Amino acid sequence: MMAAIEIQGLEKSYPSTFGTRRIPVLRGINLTVEPGQIYGFLGPNGAGKTTTIKCMLGLLRPDRGNIRLLGRDSNSLESRRHLGFLPENPYFYEYLTIRELLGFTGRLFGMSPAERKRRVEEVLRQVGLWGREETKLGKCSKGMIQRAGLAQALVQDPEVLILDEPFSGLDPVGRKELRDLVLSLKHSGRTIFFSSHILQDMELMVDRVAIIINGRLVREGHLDELISRSVRHYELVVEGVDEKAAARAGLSGERRDNRTIIRVETLEEVNSKIRAVQSVSGRIAAMIPVKLTLEDIFMREVGK
Amino acid sequence: MKILAIARNTFREAVRNKVFYLLLFFGVFFAFSSRFVSMLSVGDQQKVLMDVGLASIHFFSVLVAIFTGINLVYKEIEKKTIYNILSKPITRLEFVLGKFTGLALTLLVALASMALLFFLFLFVTTGSFAPRCLIFFGLLYIELLIITSLSLVFSSFSTPILSSIFTVTLYLVGQVLWTFQEFKTRLHEPFSRYVATALYYLLPNLDKFNVKNEVVMEMELSGGRLLAAAAYGVVYVAALLTLAVVIFRRRELN
Repeated sequence: MMAAIEIQGLEKSYPSTFGTRRIPVLRGINLTVEPGQIYGFLGPNGAGKTTTIKCMLGLLRPDRGNIRLLGRDSNSLESRRHLGFLPENPYFYEYLTIRELLGFTGRLFGMSPAERKRRVEEVLRQVGLWGREETKLGKCSKGMIQRAGLAQALVQDPEVLILDEPFSGLDPVGRKELRDLVLSLKHSGRTIFFSSHILQDMELMVDRVAIIINGRLVREGHLDELISRSVRHYELVVEGVDEKAAARAGLSGERRDNRTIIRVETLEEVNSKIRAVQSVSGRIAAMIPVKLTLEDIFMREVGK
Repeated sequence: MKILAIARNTFREAVRNKVFYLLLFFGVFFAFSSRFVSMLSVGDQQKVLMDVGLASIHFFSVLVAIFTGINLVYKEIEKKTIYNILSKPITRLEFVLGKFTGLALTLLVALASMALLFFLFLFVTTGSFAPRCLIFFGLLYIELLIITSLSLVFSSFSTPILSSIFTVTLYLVGQVLWTFQEFKTRLHEPFSRYVATALYYLLPNLDKFNVKNEVVMEMELSGGRLLAAAAYGVVYVAALLTLAVVIFRRRELN
């Protein structure tokens, strides 16, 4: 099956202030997004997320590498026909109403008046702005602007959606609503590529994640793989051993009620601890592998 | 179709903006000042009214052309609304032409309203209607299109303040470009003469469009001269727009 987004060897640099040298921003990005996926593009500020997205949209010219969107070269106009884009901190013409903005967007796609009217109504309902479409964008709250931005990205019913930091500035309710909307778009077969530096939002919805740091992809894979591959440590919950006996057997840990919770780093150590527990007639109540969260992985890579 | 969508949006932004306040200010300014001047001066009251009125219209419309041109293009880049447009299937050529068409339409509406005010005021004050002024307005419109195209070229690569300075400078030079021909005859070095000649042909010769004196004084205006001015304007605008598109195509939108 044709990939929704395919980036190969993408490199991009910007000239320095006096133009004497080039500062590399992207140092060889490779990634593939399959159709129907929600793909998270995670990285700290300044890692190159927005630059990658701008290269995908033809706003910037890559130094090297190529990008294909639904099999078409990203420089071709045709590739943008099936693409919806929500910029970071979207700003729209203040003097337009939400409906006018969507109408304008429809015109840019060459939609007929009837089609435009139908789609504008559909997306207004989809993003929850129905009934508020006559509000001037200059008078909209941050959350409404974000929805209006999403609505304009959806007007032509795109197959691929690119969202740059869609969660930034949204309150918890807004985040939940946006997440639900993105999930419903996925269920209707759309591909969603979104960048974020907020991990929580990723963990709750993405199929695959790429972590970009300093212009390089440091991890890429299914969210489950990334997380389950990495058990951070184990916790042994021990019962029936009092504090003194536990100390004697070298089972130091956190006491909670009648239990001791022991942090163990490796599987070998787990086995030796179990033997120690048995030697003082104690009982293992539970063994919990504590997995890495995306945040741990992220912080580890950032710290390198 | 897409060019028209951008043009329509540009026009809408302009008319919902401050341009028309400026026009209103002009109306009041004109109504008071020309009446005042005509009371102070001796001679033909109608000629004085026309002279002051057309000069004010010239001044205000040039201001509108420079500042809307620069403001609307720069804002599009600065506020990043351009990302929304160029991430759609729109070429940069379509974008530049759309912006230009929208600005041209804005200037047409602005100039037409000023002209209407002018004719109304002239008729009320002197009881006569001076159709010759239409020639002045026609040529002024072409001049405004050149100024707008200049501001489009500058704002395609520069900041608004610099663009305004460049545009105003070229506008002022354009008004006195005819002196370059005089100047040339006084230069002795061949190189300086080449430079003067090159500048004379490269810079916009806006004096070609100023027929205020001929219109007010009822001097003869040949059809050939008007046609030549119009043709010059069209070619000049086309060249500037081509330049704007070339620069804009190379521009990266960081």
